[in-house]
Amino acid sequence: MITELGHFALALALAVALVQGSLPLIGAARGDRRLMALAAPAATAQFVLIAAAFAALTWAFVTSDFSLALVAGNSHTLKPMLYKVSGVWGNHEGSLLLWLLALSGFGACAAWFGGNLPESLRARVLAVQGLIGMAFLAFLLFTSNPFLRMAVPPLNGADLNPLLQDPGLAFHPPFLYLGYVGLSMSFSFAVAALIEGRIDAAWARWVRPWTLAAWVFLTIGIALGSWWAYYELGWGGFWFWDPVENASFMPWLIAAALLHSAIVVEKRESLKAWTILLAILAFGFSLIGTFIVRSGVITSVHAFANDPERGVFILLILGVFMGGALTLFAARAGALEAKGVFAMVSRESALVLNNLLLAVAAFVVFIGTIWPLVAEMLWGRVLSVGEPFFNAAFTPFMVALAVLLPVGALMPWKRGDLGGVLRRLMPVAVLALALGALVWAVQTGRSALGPIGAALGLWVVFGAGVDLLTRAGRGPLAARLGRIGRLPRADWGRVTAHAGLGVTIFAVAAINAWMIEDIRVARLGETFPLGPYQVTLKAVHEEEGPNYTTTMAEMVVSRGGRTVATLFPEKRVYPVQAMPTTEAAISNGFFNDIYLVIGDAQEGGGYAVRGYVKPFANWIWGGALLMALGGFLSLTDRRYRLAAGARRAVPAAHPAE
Amino acid sequence: MRAFLLALMLLTALPAFAVQPDEVLADPALEARAREISRQLRCPVCQGESIDDSNAPISRDLRLAVRERLVAGDSDDQVIDYVVTRFGEFVLFNPRASGSGLILWLAGPAMLLAGGAIAFAATRRRARETEAEGLSAADQARLAELLREDSPK
Repeated sequence: MITELGHFALALALAVALVQGSLPLIGAARGDRRLMALAAPAATAQFVLIAAAFAALTWAFVTSDFSLALVAGNSHTLKPMLYKVSGVWGNHEGSLLLWLLALSGFGACAAWFGGNLPESLRARVLAVQGLIGMAFLAFLLFTSNPFLRMAVPPLNGADLNPLLQDPGLAFHPPFLYLGYVGLSMSFSFAVAALIEGRIDAAWARWVRPWTLAAWVFLTIGIALGSWWAYYELGWGGFWFWDPVENASFMPWLIAAALLHSAIVVEKRESLKAWTILLAILAFGFSLIGTFIVRSGVITSVHAFANDPERGVFILLILGVFMGGALTLFAARAGALEAKGVFAMVSRESALVLNNLLLAVAAFVVFIGTIWPLVAEMLWGRVLSVGEPFFNAAFTPFMVALAVLLPVGALMPWKRGDLGGVLRRLMPVAVLALALGALVWAVQTGRSALGPIGAALGLWVVFGAGVDLLTRAGRGPLAARLGRIGRLPRADWGRVTAHAGLGVTIFAVAAINAWMIEDIRVARLGETFPLGPYQVTLKAVHEEEGPNYTTTMAEMVVSRGGRTVATLFPEKRVYPVQAMPTTEAAISNGFFNDIYLVIGDAQEGGGYAVRGYVKPFANWIWGGALLMALGGFLSLTDRRYRLAAGARRAVPAAHPAE
Repeated sequence: MRAFLLALMLLTALPAFAVQPDEVLADPALEARAREISRQLRCPVCQGESIDDSNAPISRDLRLAVRERLVAGDSDDQVIDYVVTRFGEFVLFNPRASGSGLILWLAGPAMLLAGGAIAFAATRRRARETEAEGLSAADQARLAELLREDSPK
């Protein structure tokens, strides 16, 4: 019964979305306030209905209702409760429902908190949001309905893929979806502004928090996924340039560009057309990401052939929304007149450069991801594009970005003085080069990656520090430090996020340059060296988990005769899915991780064992967390909290030039 | 994240126990080259894994073949050619920058140059327009004077 109610709520949501996507648009065009006023309650209704459907599906998973095909295919009575719940979105249909929940949730937020937007803009934003919801509701109901019953329910389910039965992965998709879908708000605002034919600082002040929130969610989601790959997949890789990873990385890059260019619109009323284009593209990449993940067209041509209907449907949605928005852009972009002008050397130019590098980086990821498809269609060449290509083709742009970042962040608006900025950064540059040289000298005979990463990381992190000190004004250091605490949160956010990028850049270089790996057969009781450590394989036993059996090793790590850690790497088998997984045991440290994996018993006795020392591993995600924290700090800045009242007080007047 | 996709596709990704202890070459320099090469070669039957990461039987055979060729004295390129002639360019994770492959490699730099040129031209044009509308020398002097009168308080 609850299932049917959920199903019905979903169908009703489609009807509501139809209303939300059409009538307010007509109302806004005709100036009919009654039609425009429909948008907000429709958005609320859509959210409530989809939330009800989501709750119904969750209920079916929690109670293991195997008469639902989806539950039977993805759950099992023995599965722990956490994974019964996360199983709701651990599959195609459920994850789309979560996607829709986030989409309608954002739409409802715009309805609830958007009271201070101009009436027609708000109606149009909600209508575009309704149209997106309509497209995906139709997709869900017609091609991937989660509420289909089975005539003969099985006694038990097929279980969730064991790799997904992990807390890191349980929360990774929701964050990614909040990010993808958050970008739909920027898209709706962009399209609404194009229909209105004007954007101003107030528009940017609205778009920026949405983009920022989406970017923060994407950052957390990507970091969670990468962290999960690190400890779960069993060899400690954290990024594979896999199409599905790229699908989340492209919107992240474009969103990063967008939230920087929106600053220029907000502060200087310039770069308007470019910002609108980025807002459209950011959501476009989210849709492309959804398409790649859902159709499987890129990873496997066969998966697409198995289910062409879904792939074609998403492609259609992508075509309609991108085609429509870009056509509108082509027709209206010329009308978006820029107000603020700027010199070649200025904060604006620096942000243009930032946008250029981020957009090109996203483009490189994009073309690398779709290249196998293109090459096969055009030239019949079956080829692969993988890590070596991305490392070589993507990294230079990130290095350039990191080199320019501290300079750009210190540049004043309108007209800057490059010499002055460089003078202020000189101590940091000298320090960074010195550190690079020192690292180079200490690690003789290894790749240049380590020293370059160390120098770049320090340059960006300390550059952010100089940024903070500069914002505190002139005078004695003590007075400036006192003022730092009173700087706006946006400044703290910027500095924190930039420093986080520096930390991540350093950590990625460090782990690639200085990782130690050891592969061997170890007998029980045997001690072997691993970098500066001694590792002893003390014991191996078989144990039973709730829904798996495990081979668990006990390994003692010591250094200089002192025990550092006792680790229990496992090799599990989940019988329902007949699937083995490795559970690496990791001793997390500030400077390095010790990462141990137990393998198969060998014929001649003993076990295959892999050991790694991974320097600065946690700094990778630490840096990502700092970036997310920076975004969050910026989001809580006074001007967003007070923007509403401030704008009401000053009715639509522009300051004289 | 990729296993997330694989799960959705209902394919099984075997978490790897890739390079086995008995494969490792005694000579560390040669072994390092073997690892570097096998990281660039794609497992022909897996979902986007290199033969270094994969534990499919064919990947093991390929890893052993790579090491055999290296011990026989082949250069890195010769080893890679050896595998490509048997399995096609599909196994190359690092696509060759020749023929249509050039487009892939040059797309990024080309876009950077084009975008940079457009942005530069637009900024310079706008900056010039401002200068034309800007203040004359006399105005500048007057402005500086006013600012001096105003500022210290």
